[in-house]
Amino acid sequence: MPEAQQGAHIVFLGFALDPYVIGLWLQALLTFAILSFLIGDNPVYKFAEHLFVGISAGYGVVIVWQQAVLPKLVFPLFPQFGPTPDVPPNYWLIIPGMLGLLILSRFIRKYDWLSRYPIAFIVGLYSGAAIPATVQLILLEQMSATMRPVLGLGEVTWTVAVSALIVLIGVVATLMYFYFSRPHVGTLGVGSRIGIWFLMVAFGAGFGNTVMARLSLLIGRVEFLMYDWLPVVSHYLAGFVK
Amino acid sequence: MIVQFFVPHAVGTQGYLLLLDWAQIVGAFALVLGIGSLFRTHWDKIRRRRRGYGYSTVTLASFALMVWAGIFYGSGQGPLAKRLLTVESGRLFEWLFNNIDVPLDATMFALLAFFIASAAYRTFRARNVEATLLLITAIIVMLGRVPLGEMIYDKMPAVYEWIMQYPAVAGKRGILFGVALGSIATSLRIILGIERSHLGG
Amino acid sequence: MHGIAYRLQNIDRRWLYLIVFAAVVIPFLTSLKLPVGLHSPSTTDIYDAIEKLPPDSVVQLAFDYSPASMPELEPMAKAVARHAFQRGHRVMAMTLNTQGALMIRRVMDEVAAEMNKEYGKDYVDAGFKTGGVAVMLGMGKDIIGVFNDTDARGNRLSTMPVMKGVADYSDIGLMVDFSANAITNAWIAYAHEQYGLRVAAGVTAVMATDLYPFWKSGQLVGLINGLKGAAEYEDLVGAPGLGILGMSSQSITHMLIILFVIIGNAGYFLTRRRSQSAD
Repeated sequence: MPEAQQGAHIVFLGFALDPYVIGLWLQALLTFAILSFLIGDNPVYKFAEHLFVGISAGYGVVIVWQQAVLPKLVFPLFPQFGPTPDVPPNYWLIIPGMLGLLILSRFIRKYDWLSRYPIAFIVGLYSGAAIPATVQLILLEQMSATMRPVLGLGEVTWTVAVSALIVLIGVVATLMYFYFSRPHVGTLGVGSRIGIWFLMVAFGAGFGNTVMARLSLLIGRVEFLMYDWLPVVSHYLAGFVK
Repeated sequence: MIVQFFVPHAVGTQGYLLLLDWAQIVGAFALVLGIGSLFRTHWDKIRRRRRGYGYSTVTLASFALMVWAGIFYGSGQGPLAKRLLTVESGRLFEWLFNNIDVPLDATMFALLAFFIASAAYRTFRARNVEATLLLITAIIVMLGRVPLGEMIYDKMPAVYEWIMQYPAVAGKRGILFGVALGSIATSLRIILGIERSHLGG
Repeated sequence: MHGIAYRLQNIDRRWLYLIVFAAVVIPFLTSLKLPVGLHSPSTTDIYDAIEKLPPDSVVQLAFDYSPASMPELEPMAKAVARHAFQRGHRVMAMTLNTQGALMIRRVMDEVAAEMNKEYGKDYVDAGFKTGGVAVMLGMGKDIIGVFNDTDARGNRLSTMPVMKGVADYSDIGLMVDFSANAITNAWIAYAHEQYGLRVAAGVTAVMATDLYPFWKSGQLVGLINGLKGAAEYEDLVGAPGLGILGMSSQSITHMLIILFVIIGNAGYFLTRRRSQSAD
């Protein structure tokens, strides 16, 4: 558990303020502001919500500028400003720079067709990358993983073999369910019914885990209130009472 | 990109890295686009004095504060022009982030815990065999993941692991295959020019 | 007709919220300390992987999350970073998520200070880069190039001792991705499948179900699942933190939700039977 830091104090209007303590109070107040939504939508919550939008957008701009644009565009074009002044400038980067600026043309209705080019570039690049990746990732590897234990490759015990057979049945059954080009009757009907059961188990597992995740988020906030904020509050209250 | 995957030749590699570099730069501008539209929405709201424009002022003011703190104020040392071009965002920026952004973001998502609890009580009904299966699996998962569950029935975590590793995996793999085939089809359509919705019609 | 069953069915949401809040807070007020229990094999797989790394390896940590997921992911990130430092490995921290940029500082600066590790020598904050997949693919060929030889604080990467001998993925012993969304799938698809990088993941419990198939198939070295996973790793490393501390609350609240489901369904069945017998 973090202890109260003996950080630098700021002197303001004659009071010595510890930024750490102010920060904790700010965090606690904002936490309660958001929690107030549970009682009902209210101006305090709305204020906090809008504050959040502004702060995170501002944060995004700063980080993108400093960690992406500066090192990747500005410094390579003008090395004297960066940490690697000895590297010669890379003028090719003017091309993507221009492409990037074209994206911003979306703001001006008359010229927004210009933004299609950079978007096409990006979409094309990622689509091209995605095809072999998806094929490898899922079609090949996952299929082999499903088949391997059943075919007896690798080390296999009886329980694992049976379980793996269940997995195989499950995968095939689920795929049967998703095959909508034919009506689900007869064998396909039985298969897809079993498929639905497997899907239900998968979703149930997902739901159980989701509940866990969301509760953890709340637990995290309470941990902050209990371990970081309350000790400071009681410390100060004790100071007052004295 | 596809060719590059199969042909590990030097020229291909250099071109490849170049394209990736460019994608990153263009990508950064795309982020700027997002922020810019946000800016425009709120600015419009303020200008036209629409309902709730006070809140929009809060948004723009906090945006300005963060940008000033990170880029213009930065480390607080040295000339302004130099600070604009420095990667260091400074302690003030970090303080603002840790004490404003973090609690707001974290608590907003913490609200979800309440909503899922309320939903569990009010809407998750075992209406049929399938729904019951789902609920029972969920309950086993919830018990299996906490020490208390293990205390109730010491094989609980093992049951949880088995469920997660076998039937759930089967269901998920079925979905994965379906999604994979779909995304390959879409990618091919984009590359072949059949699909144009990303260009805005 | 307006019996208990009906009233139970239509209870005001805010009472439920209050009960949930109480269930989370009360375990903190008592000093209920629950043992962590059985460790998931997916968690121990990562622990073993780091244990087995050759000395002075480089461990890459990707902080692909935002404060929204911090309660689950920060404890595990700290535990893994501690482990890597304990074994004397070098850590390279980076992120593909703008919010991750300062998440890195929160974790790395604190853990490094505790363990007397030096920036530039034992760890580096390479920061955020746009492009997602483009970064993942680029790092497979030239890490320094993708980061343009600059870290997140404006220093030159190539001269740092921590980056010595690190040219591409083949020089990285293990990568652990901390995320709350499908970016992990992309890391596996691009970094692992195309370049053979060993990828492990620490994820929020929401993502865990989606990623189990990848751990089972061996595409993921291991998987740390949610707050319990964080508690497990803290236990393994011997550094109790917010993961372990949250376990008693987690247990009580899980019981509460199960109770909610049971009571809710009981009320449902009772009212249904009543309306059926009224016909």
